[in-house]
Amino acid sequence: MTNAGTMSNNPQLNKNGQLQHLLTTEGLPAPILLHILDTAESFVGVTERDVKKVPLLRGKSIFNLFFEPSTRTRTTFEIAAKRLSADVVNLNIAASSQSKGETLLDTVDNLSAMHADMFVVRHSQSGAAHLIARHMRPEIHIINAGDGRHAHPTQALLDVFTIRRYKSDFRNLRVAIVGDILHSRVARSQIHALTTLGVPEVRVIAPKTLLPTKVERLGVHVYHDMTQGLKDVDVLMMLRLQNERMLSARLPSTEEYFKYYGLTQEKLALAKRDAIVLHPGPMNRGVEIDSAVADGKQSVILPQVTFGIAVRMAVMSILAGS
Amino acid sequence: MQLPDAEHLLTNLTERVRHDIGPNTALVGIHTGGVWLAERLHQNLQLSLPLGTLDVSFYRDDFGQIGLHPQIRPSDVPFKVEGSHIVLVDDVLYTGRTIRAAINELFDYGRPASVRLAALIDRGGRELPMVAQYVGAVLDVPSDKMLALEKSVEGKLSLSLYDKRRNNE
Amino acid sequence: MKIIIGNGRVIDPENRIDRIMDVFIAEGKIVALGAPPHGFQADREINAKDLVVCPGLVDLSARLREPGLEYKATLESEMAAAVAGGVTSLACSPDTDPVLDEPGLVEMLKHRARNLNQAHVYPIGALTRGLKGEWLTEMAELRDAGCVAFGHSDMPLPNTRVMMQAMQYASTFGFSVWLRPQDVNLADGGVAHDGEVATRLGLPAIPVCSETVALSNIILMARETGAKVHLCRISSAEGVAMVGAARRQGLPITCDVAVNHTHLSEMDIGFFDSNCHLVPPLRGLGDRDALRSGLLHGTIDAICSDHAPVDEDAKLLPFAEAEAGATGLELLLPLTLKWAGEMKVPLIAALGKITSEPARILGVDAGHLSSGAPADLCIFDPDQYWIVEAGVLKSQGKNTPFLGMELKGRVKYTLVAGNIVHEG
Repeated sequence: MTNAGTMSNNPQLNKNGQLQHLLTTEGLPAPILLHILDTAESFVGVTERDVKKVPLLRGKSIFNLFFEPSTRTRTTFEIAAKRLSADVVNLNIAASSQSKGETLLDTVDNLSAMHADMFVVRHSQSGAAHLIARHMRPEIHIINAGDGRHAHPTQALLDVFTIRRYKSDFRNLRVAIVGDILHSRVARSQIHALTTLGVPEVRVIAPKTLLPTKVERLGVHVYHDMTQGLKDVDVLMMLRLQNERMLSARLPSTEEYFKYYGLTQEKLALAKRDAIVLHPGPMNRGVEIDSAVADGKQSVILPQVTFGIAVRMAVMSILAGS
Repeated sequence: MQLPDAEHLLTNLTERVRHDIGPNTALVGIHTGGVWLAERLHQNLQLSLPLGTLDVSFYRDDFGQIGLHPQIRPSDVPFKVEGSHIVLVDDVLYTGRTIRAAINELFDYGRPASVRLAALIDRGGRELPMVAQYVGAVLDVPSDKMLALEKSVEGKLSLSLYDKRRNNE
Repeated sequence: MKIIIGNGRVIDPENRIDRIMDVFIAEGKIVALGAPPHGFQADREINAKDLVVCPGLVDLSARLREPGLEYKATLESEMAAAVAGGVTSLACSPDTDPVLDEPGLVEMLKHRARNLNQAHVYPIGALTRGLKGEWLTEMAELRDAGCVAFGHSDMPLPNTRVMMQAMQYASTFGFSVWLRPQDVNLADGGVAHDGEVATRLGLPAIPVCSETVALSNIILMARETGAKVHLCRISSAEGVAMVGAARRQGLPITCDVAVNHTHLSEMDIGFFDSNCHLVPPLRGLGDRDALRSGLLHGTIDAICSDHAPVDEDAKLLPFAEAEAGATGLELLLPLTLKWAGEMKVPLIAALGKITSEPARILGVDAGHLSSGAPADLCIFDPDQYWIVEAGVLKSQGKNTPFLGMELKGRVKYTLVAGNIVHEG
């Protein structure tokens, strides 16, 4: 038996096919992704003006609901919301309030009673944003700001936005995602966004302990070796390596990892001459990326941060208007 | 109903605007029809300041009802707004709401010395106190119709009348 | 009370009977089939025309949540669910709070269950104290108190020396050891099958080798110790193949599968449906198909409900945090019929998987309709459709992947020891 319904009913779209929630890049039609990117393009102009603010979401309340701490991501959502003139409430819900017996949905129910229009949710468990979206009244919008290992759609969208800024056409690109694919919500969302936008070759490069089973079913080519994997690549997307990976016996040391999978100028030279380097931050210099590359002329890591605001403004305004 | 020739009206409009051109005058077209007109005006009037364009989607007052426009183009104001004399250009002046949005957006770029308005057609029906200083023609259009400017592949401008389906200005 | 069950299609897999006839019951026993005993005067006649009359179902795994976990379900609610599902005998696992590792607790449970006069409850004793995997329990004492076998529920038993000695000790007395094959380290932290869906959803995964590595240990130790081993909830194609090979070598191994796993796969998780968070995890479509045919070919002896009522709050959580398990007592029959229908298995063979076969594994006098046998019967309408809805289920647990679906086969009467304990 298969619950055909659960697969075909995209929980992110309303009955008119508009974006109701942004939970994952998986299953979103290319026109919706492109609409987000195009709208973000307009917001880039806004963020470059003297007055970096538009009145679009005046009177709307956006709650940043962070069950997992992340000052950086929370700040970018906060700035995006404020530049849309929304009211922003930041809640860092530590594990403690959950241990008091209040469940995730209790917390969300209480907050939605305060007339929230949108929740930006980060949680350590895969599927948390889906759970909240399923539970919410339909007029409340959910943005997934990272759930477990599952998805981080706004990061992936800002990555493809950055790629589009530097490389004109997705349909002749070779992109390599390097690092801990197994635990990475960023990688999963990047893969779906890139393949949906027509990138013909997405590669993942990692040791076998950092790759999930059947990852090739997501439409990627698997490499274990940087020399082969980086050959003729247009875009390198580096992933952050968490230190826990050593404790869980997936890697012997950061030194060995850097030697074989860290991005240095020498390895970068294997890619195309005009290849660009992305990293979702925060970087571990000397672990997954060498400073010379991170600060080098092929790095677009800082522009990523700038574009991240515009992309999040686009997502928020498209959701609020649906 | 008989619609006037847009190219002819544009010629009239160009002459009216020409009288008031100074060294600090800048043209800003409102997407989409207003930009086509502004491009032609800018070319005809040989202005020194570069052309500006506005997409007022982020400033519309009907976002709550109809959401974000499905296709937004970036606004681009490539000159210093502070102290400049700006002529806003739109194709059809109707309720005045687009102009309200455009003025708001313009002020987020800086404080202009003055703002005037040029419209190819004034079809009446104002809901806000807006007046165009330069008008190609005044036209009485039934309220259930939508008047739109179109551009052919060769770049020729023309006017068309449609049954109103969604908010039009 | 004397009862005639008239005109039903009597199916008794144990005795290979499948024909329309009457069943006569007196003093809690089946006294005759076909022709009435001399001078039989019925107090009650059940018209079973177009219905199937079969032995009451025997379920190898139902958690009644007593003692200790009454907020999830109570003995009353779950015993009512059992008879509503046609289940007249059930084995309950020792993972209660406290664990069933002392004779007093087992006697109390048996006593409480007996007083409800519903299904027979057969406790599985804990193999180690507190299910901690360190000390053996007093198995012989527990047997005297009513335990029919010894197992470890879903708790890890990582110490292979303890496992081996538990088998040796149990086999000293001829007790069977029930084990769910899962290597605790390989499964650590996992919540879903290590396959495409876990990869897509970013769920911590449990590889098939966590089952096969453990199976290999159990099979080798069973050979070494000669212990009777019952393998609980086999979940993978490779696992089925290993069990088949071990049985061909003549090892005294039996095996069951949870009914959900004969229908569902990882794909049914969809977008994090926590009702599909089960233990063992729903595996790939190929695994599911191997389970379905393993049953057909007899490598897998029995189907159980693996009934695990979970309170709603414990399911309204992100997938990994949601408590595993599904309510199942009331779905065992229709889902077994669904398997039979889809696999074109004759009804008599399908019913064997939930009556005579599990009774044989339990080693109790149940699951057959012989004259003189206890009058535990299930009478069901094989053609009636019903929708699985919270309000319809007697179990306190409403959690099942089949919620909202239409199933065929509805229990009309359940008799335990000659008493009508359920009328639907």
